[in-house]
Amino acid sequence: MSRKGHYMAHQSDLIENDILAYLKSQEEKSMLRFITCGSVDDGKSTLIGRLLWDSKMVFEDQLAALEADSKRVGTQGGAIDYALLLDGLQAEREQGITIDVAYRYFSTDRRKFIVADTPGHEQYTRNMVTGASTAQVAVILVDARKGLLTQTRRHSYLVSLVGIRHIVLAINKMDLIAYDEQRYATILRDYQQFAATLGFGSITAIPISALNGDNIIEPSANTPWYSGPTLMNYLETVPVEGEDREKPFRLPVQWVNRPHLDFRGFCGTIASGVVRPGDEVRVASSGRTSRVARIVTVKGDLPEAMAGQAVTLTLTDEIDISRGDMLSAPDLGPLHTRHVKAHLVWLHDEPLQPGHGYLVKTATAVTPGRIVAMQHAVDVNTLEQKQATTLGLNEIGVGLLELDRPVPLDPYHQNRHTGSFILIDRYTNATVAAGMVIAAAPEEQPAGITPEPAATGDASARRINLGDWFISGDEGNLVDLTTVRGEIELDVTPAFLDMLSRGNRVLLVIRDPGQLPPVAALAFKHDLAFNFTRAADRVNIVLHKRVAGSQAGGEGDGGFGI
Amino acid sequence: MNLTHLQQLEAESIHILREVAAEFGNPVMLYSIGKDSAVMLHLARKAFYPAPPPFPLLHVDTTWKFRAMIEFRDRMAAECGMDLLIHVNEEGVSRGISPFTHGSALYTDVMKTEGLKQALDKYKFDAAFGGARRDEEKSRAKERIFSFRSANHRWDPKCQRPELWNLYNTRIKPGESIRVFPISNWTELDVWQYIHLEQIPIVPLYYAAVRPVVERDGMLIMVDDERLELKPGEQVQHKSVRFRTLGCYPLTAAVESTADTLPAIIQEMLLTRTSERQGRLIDHDQAGSMEKKKQEGYF
Repeated sequence: MSRKGHYMAHQSDLIENDILAYLKSQEEKSMLRFITCGSVDDGKSTLIGRLLWDSKMVFEDQLAALEADSKRVGTQGGAIDYALLLDGLQAEREQGITIDVAYRYFSTDRRKFIVADTPGHEQYTRNMVTGASTAQVAVILVDARKGLLTQTRRHSYLVSLVGIRHIVLAINKMDLIAYDEQRYATILRDYQQFAATLGFGSITAIPISALNGDNIIEPSANTPWYSGPTLMNYLETVPVEGEDREKPFRLPVQWVNRPHLDFRGFCGTIASGVVRPGDEVRVASSGRTSRVARIVTVKGDLPEAMAGQAVTLTLTDEIDISRGDMLSAPDLGPLHTRHVKAHLVWLHDEPLQPGHGYLVKTATAVTPGRIVAMQHAVDVNTLEQKQATTLGLNEIGVGLLELDRPVPLDPYHQNRHTGSFILIDRYTNATVAAGMVIAAAPEEQPAGITPEPAATGDASARRINLGDWFISGDEGNLVDLTTVRGEIELDVTPAFLDMLSRGNRVLLVIRDPGQLPPVAALAFKHDLAFNFTRAADRVNIVLHKRVAGSQAGGEGDGGFGI
Repeated sequence: MNLTHLQQLEAESIHILREVAAEFGNPVMLYSIGKDSAVMLHLARKAFYPAPPPFPLLHVDTTWKFRAMIEFRDRMAAECGMDLLIHVNEEGVSRGISPFTHGSALYTDVMKTEGLKQALDKYKFDAAFGGARRDEEKSRAKERIFSFRSANHRWDPKCQRPELWNLYNTRIKPGESIRVFPISNWTELDVWQYIHLEQIPIVPLYYAAVRPVVERDGMLIMVDDERLELKPGEQVQHKSVRFRTLGCYPLTAAVESTADTLPAIIQEMLLTRTSERQGRLIDHDQAGSMEKKKQEGYF
């Protein structure tokens, strides 16, 4: 059986004729981690199998085995079934469905690839989140005949949640719809519309046939109307390095290296930014600053180190810094807080227990803590928010955590390394949840956390000071009172009013319209303006300082016009 | 300037080595003297420089390793200033277990698997580094980097922990242990390119040389010492051979080759089309053999 010449082969001529030159050329290769999202029926396994096959990472004995297996258990009528290249655990071979995250490897002349392969069913949400956590690109498969499905929505939400910004929409089985351009365009347009709120940096839609090879490696003659990249071309060239390097310097201290009294090195993997000897750095726990003396390696000191490198730093001052602490740029430091609002993905059979003690592992620190309240859960298929007091396996929501000690953290969407954490059950040692920091939460947590039906006729109104509940973050300014039931009376701090006087706006969220009159009363008292919109289970109010010169009166509208 | 793939792989491995050193009281690095061990050892030295790595090396010696491997092992341990622990399953030796008399499945079970368990029990290590990679065999594709083992060293595929970001759950109960595979994401090609780039010393058997071999069951077996008994009709031949993988000499097949330098080895590997483990007779024993062995505690 002959193989077609594939351009991705490891430059066989160079290998045969000048191995040293070839080796030199390979020293400049980059690396890409990506995840494939789809189901068996979408042709995902065929696609991955094909990428492995075409990159010549399948050896002769594996080829013989594949031919035999294709005849025995293959789904392609005895012809080569690329999907069979992938099956792993023995039990699964018979079932025909994979249960876990599998990592596949292949490389071309330009890049090394690590592919996370996870099942597409909703019951394996935890697997997909796990596989996507380290991925830089997501290849989302769509069957061209079926178009966008619920699972497409779900996969897109999950990869967006976990911070992936580059999407390939692989519109597969184009051969079964006669390579129809209109269908391709419709699917792309629908997807762009749906994905507008997910914050992707790029969406590249590629019409492919994994089975026939259209637009996988070579541009297909069957899609002359398509001028975009082939899948391999995209994967080889999508720029993903360098993003972390532009962010403020962060080094989570992982290990303190003290071979003798004269040397104290702080070891860790740089999460973001760049560092050089002489740079000033700040210690998160104490706020103390010092300067980098040396970047020490076995081959001599470095003049510079960047995000992604595992380094050993020494400082000019004798400071005691332990594992779990963090070094950062002096003026752009992390949050250092005990109270965190975060997205949580529940990974375990045993559901979340509010108030139950968990261990929170962030970068290099392990801190006891608990989830004091769930704000809401997210329906992964519709993306709607819904009430929740707990999370079960594969469920996702937003919760408030309280840690026993303050911990250095960043919002996850700013830094995946310093904004992520896992929850560990203290008794079983199981990893029960994945967490992604949204923001620091207010110090004071509301009492009566998990909602029970409020007694009607509760006479005493609760005093709430908006300044105490105020959170400022990249999502804007927020006061979230959705956990507060019943009658309220509102106050503000001078600081809160100052903030509004500087032209800022605040989103104030209350749970029911019966709480609107106190908001109006507050606005009247402090000459504020507001407008509001209704949502299913809350009222969103935008509050701001009335612009000077506008007429007094109860219009309640600052012309915000959202 | 972006990090190359080898720099990224190196950083990930160093991170893993440091994480284990920080979180475990009694770690050990399993040293099998092959190319993967060589890379792992090199990474450990980088991770903890200027201190020596804060754990010993452990070699589970089946007593049937190539002599060149033993010489190399002793030399490397001395060079890097790490304690070298050598464990032999004495009970297996006294029972006369050998790769000739008992078949490779039983032999491996006793001298490698049991030997490893004995050593782990004896020294009470709570974390053991191994040089396994996910691309080596299909059953390893789903292996975690931190692999949880019960008090009996058993690996249960249903009890492994999800591994997100680079956050590793290192919590264990008394008696339990973890295997850690710092080069999980490295492929065979990555390993060789790194050895070339960093000029890492490797056992001379990887390089072609004229060596005494016999042909048995279609494979070339090296006559490493006088314990290899010739079967009727067998003749010792002197051929230029090398080894793609190293193990116990009666169970490891040589390939004919003239590649006697590192670039030549890599060139040959890239142009050849037989996967790495094909040389190891133990993998052919039963269906899903590596997986069965893993469940039984062999690595």
